[in-house]
Amino acid sequence: MKKKIDFVLNGEKISMEIDPLKRLLDVLREDCSLTSVKEGCGEGECGACSVLLDGEIVNSCLIPVGTVEGAAVETVEGIRESENGKRIIDAFAEEGAVQCGFCTPGMMVGAEWILRKYENPTSDEIRTALSGNLCRCTGYDMIISAVEAAAKGGRK
Amino acid sequence: MNNISTPVRRLDAVEKTAGYTKYIADRDFGDLLYGKFLRSERPRARLVSVRKPALPDGYYIIDKDDIPGENAIHMLGADWPVFADDEVRFIGQSIALVVGPDRKVLEELVNQFEVRYEDLPAVLSLEDSMALKGGALHNDDNCYADYHLLKGDPDRAFEEADHIYEHTYETGPQEHVYMETQGFVGVWEDGKVHLHGSLQCPFYVRHAVTPVLGVKDDGVRVTQAPTGGAFGGKEHYPDIISTALAVAVDKLKKSIGIFYERGEDIVNSVKRHPSRITIKTALDKEGNITAMDFDSILDGGAFESCSCIVLQRTIFHATGVYDIPSTKLRGRALATNHIPFDAFRGFGAPQAIFALETHMDHLAEMAGVDPVAYKERYFMKKGSVTITNGKIHEEVKLPEILARAKEMSDYDRKAKEYGKGGNRGIGLSFFNHGGAFTGNGEKAIINAHVKVRKRADDVVEIYVSNVEMGQGLMTTFSKIAAQTLEIPIEKIEFIQPDTDIVPDSGPTVASRSIVIVGTLVGKASAKLKKQWVDGEEITVWQEYEEPDFVIPWNQDTFQGDAYPSYSWGVNVVEVEYDPVTFEVSIVGLWNVYDVGVPIDRMIVEGQIEGGLVQSLGWAYLEKMEFKEGRIQQRTMADYVIPTTLDVPAIENDFILNPYPEGAFGAKGAGEIVHNGGAPAFVSAVEMASGKRFDTIPLTPERIMEAGR
Repeated sequence: MKKKIDFVLNGEKISMEIDPLKRLLDVLREDCSLTSVKEGCGEGECGACSVLLDGEIVNSCLIPVGTVEGAAVETVEGIRESENGKRIIDAFAEEGAVQCGFCTPGMMVGAEWILRKYENPTSDEIRTALSGNLCRCTGYDMIISAVEAAAKGGRK
Repeated sequence: MNNISTPVRRLDAVEKTAGYTKYIADRDFGDLLYGKFLRSERPRARLVSVRKPALPDGYYIIDKDDIPGENAIHMLGADWPVFADDEVRFIGQSIALVVGPDRKVLEELVNQFEVRYEDLPAVLSLEDSMALKGGALHNDDNCYADYHLLKGDPDRAFEEADHIYEHTYETGPQEHVYMETQGFVGVWEDGKVHLHGSLQCPFYVRHAVTPVLGVKDDGVRVTQAPTGGAFGGKEHYPDIISTALAVAVDKLKKSIGIFYERGEDIVNSVKRHPSRITIKTALDKEGNITAMDFDSILDGGAFESCSCIVLQRTIFHATGVYDIPSTKLRGRALATNHIPFDAFRGFGAPQAIFALETHMDHLAEMAGVDPVAYKERYFMKKGSVTITNGKIHEEVKLPEILARAKEMSDYDRKAKEYGKGGNRGIGLSFFNHGGAFTGNGEKAIINAHVKVRKRADDVVEIYVSNVEMGQGLMTTFSKIAAQTLEIPIEKIEFIQPDTDIVPDSGPTVASRSIVIVGTLVGKASAKLKKQWVDGEEITVWQEYEEPDFVIPWNQDTFQGDAYPSYSWGVNVVEVEYDPVTFEVSIVGLWNVYDVGVPIDRMIVEGQIEGGLVQSLGWAYLEKMEFKEGRIQQRTMADYVIPTTLDVPAIENDFILNPYPEGAFGAKGAGEIVHNGGAPAFVSAVEMASGKRFDTIPLTPERIMEAGR
């Protein structure tokens, strides 16, 4: 059964007729072609599908699209051109935070959340904030360094 | 340009972070059908009948009767069928593939099959396998391999021994948990099947698919898609998916995708071999080790896949970094009705090193000596005779590696201060890893070729079949070419591996990419530099040449140089232990390596840290159990890998030891990084808890149950 859902996606108002139980992850990937949002586990364990929902980090695989009515959803596609976004991408490349890259967009969403929340995040704060984002390649240290480096540029 | 080790930005970093990289499931293939497997629900049974469901329009069932060629997946052997014929040998084995447009409908259809089994006595343990329960699964002895090695005169040493210590060590299965699950798309194009997939070895897939379709080598095309992690899990397992998919595409002439969900991937893909290794050590009156006797057993699972080759690496690494005067070894890979076990970073060496290092720790404890001081006495040196009666040809820099590791970790002070059972511990492991294929495999089996082509616009293209899967190969290969040619790295283009386009430079496995193929890229680039004319198109080829210093390898007797060179390393792990909950936290991690010369320090440090954390996961978090042949951990909530909170900051350093045969002096680095984490962790927990252990994963339950 389809329903009309309105929400703000990466700063743009959108409206769609859609099954409200469809996972936000699938809506973003299939209906909006936003493939930065990855499916890693489909059960909220890995964080590869992280997006910002009204500024909070969530696993889009656990969110039925019906519940985002009126909310603001942000993905890497909406973050990557911003000042923070550019700084994060730069820091990830510079600090060796990227290997296979499959978890990286989710990590970038996490990094954006951290940069908005903390003026000068400590490595413990970064580790805690990213504890829901799994990476099998890096052992995390270089990701933590990258977020620290991105944050050091100051907040815009 | 700077020194080769100076980090550059990875060429793929920005695209991946910003979400532009299209993995196989991100790409638009137009009208795509999906495939879903019907799988065996029994560990061992005769397949009596398969009743197919009625199909809606546009849905198809593909099974053994649709295979135009052989119903056999060619890996090393060819015992694993594409679709089960009259028997099933493990839970999860493919019986049929259902194809159609709606994935939900496919799931319903798979559930509507009525499969009748006649159960046979299943082989659910190594004991069952040795007892040939239900009749042999493989040959007449259930041994995929039964190898023997002999060095020196161990019988005499055991006869004359003052004391003999024998113990058995066990390791569990390990799931790769590459963040991107298995995925493939097959399309019908130019009169043949074109497969795109997340994979390590394009030519392995082609080798597997062509006999199944009954076509010649170029009758199938395989293109690697950006690969979201592999760790050995995309070495042979893609052969399983791609053969079935190719049959479907060949029959239907439609584009079809198979994308595993995580649970499906965990339960049905291959794992690291569980091991049981018994080591018996002979000691003389002064307490010196005079001989060791190994009985190394791997659970090979239901089909051979590459178990024999994994076992070879297990046994060739049995004595690790130590020169033991006399050794005797029996190694077996046994058939069971578990899921087939296959390649995983380290390829059998981590199991051997865990058993050996833990055994050495226990010998040291019995001798009342610090384990590091005890082990040092047996370090291999240049000229040492290996377990296969080959030789160590290089300078062994273990003393320098150890000195640096001690300095970074403050090992000596901490080991003394913490004492036994003080709830804080520090453990240090020594290990090595032979570079590239075992023995003469690089020449006899692979014989890699690479192509380097300068376009008229003076951009240089690299053509190899080795893939970027996270390890940084695209960047390191480009760096080797750029620095050899003395041109900016922006002028290099790494061509996406595709069997119709690139030469066969071998699989992306065995820590061979840099030391073998990277070296060929360097040689080809050097040739190109000599021929360089601005604005002209020039193509250069390079073929593998075996180093001339090796003691020739005999593949029948396993005598000679198993590897021309080794990488070496030390891991130090510091832990805090809670004697009430038996929980362990890792509070310090230090690593020092000789990988020759790191081609890019940051990329190699990325390997070191990621491999270490993966090894630590195997050591204490990643529990996978079989019950009646069925895997019990079916989700990422059940099978737990390390998070940011499970590991602290990590410090690394290198001792340079240029390898004359490797590009810019490089040796392999992709797998050695998984060899030492588990024993160092266990050693630290032994110090902290005052207990002795022999089995991983070392869960709180195991710690609680272990006696003093």
